[in-house]
Amino acid sequence: MVQLLFYGFSLLLVLAALGVIVTRNPVHSALCLVLAFFTSAALWLLIEAEFLAIVLVLVYVGAVMVLFLFVVMMLDINVEQLREGFTRYAWAGWLVAFLVIAQIVGVYWFKGLGVDATVGAAPLPANYSNTRALGEVLYTQYVYPFELAAMLLLVAIVAAIALTMRRRPGLKAQDVAKQVAVRREDRVRMIKMPAERRDADRAGGEGAP
Amino acid sequence: MITLQHMLTLSGILFALSVAGIFINRKNVILLLMCIELMLLAVNFSFVSFSRFLGNLDGQVFVFFVLTVAAAESAIGLAILVVLFRERRSINVEDLDTLKG
Repeated sequence: MVQLLFYGFSLLLVLAALGVIVTRNPVHSALCLVLAFFTSAALWLLIEAEFLAIVLVLVYVGAVMVLFLFVVMMLDINVEQLREGFTRYAWAGWLVAFLVIAQIVGVYWFKGLGVDATVGAAPLPANYSNTRALGEVLYTQYVYPFELAAMLLLVAIVAAIALTMRRRPGLKAQDVAKQVAVRREDRVRMIKMPAERRDADRAGGEGAP
Repeated sequence: MITLQHMLTLSGILFALSVAGIFINRKNVILLLMCIELMLLAVNFSFVSFSRFLGNLDGQVFVFFVLTVAAAESAIGLAILVVLFRERRSINVEDLDTLKG
């Protein structure tokens, strides 16, 4: 049963990856990539790496791929121009792909990995929690790399904002600091003048037709 | 029963497909970025499967860090792409020849 699921998900994953690289429309490519990430998460669940499977869905599908789709749809791309010469180097691509597969498969087929790659994983105890085990390693042994990773994300946020922020000329926007700092003297002018008299008004009004 | 061989073969196929994708879509920067994401996924596959089948959690911690770096990389890459599109009105790799490379 597990093997059947594995083959099903693997087939879906390979088809999704193929879809990413051959579809004509970048939006379809991005959606195929989302499918690939979902299928990978399912496969990681099958080999009992639950925490990373969830993180993959949350981080990749929830954040990175949404960002990709956002950018793809925001940019007005001339797809036809980008597709020119699509098949000119395709043979080189497939050749390299075949070589990579042959190398990776050949390494453990002929040379071996130093471990027996043909047995299943050792079964985990019933009360084993992947998230808990990972957390225990992450917050003790890897705590400094963890903080560095947080720092890296902060740098990425600052860099992304600094790259894309721009000041447009002629943009009408409120300057809140100026609004708060305004004084009465800037807005209201007091004038000394003689008081107006009401009966003089009335006398003038009677003279009019 | 899933074995290490199965997972490594799948990872190899995935990596090979993404390499082929870089050759095929060599003009579109967005698709190049997507192929890089796919490559990182293939590498993460190897990490996770080695970690599981050798019974050592360090591989999964490493995948965690790879995911972090990949998220930062794609955020900055897309920001550069947006700025580039604003300047050039194009994301064709062949138009990006300012450095005369």
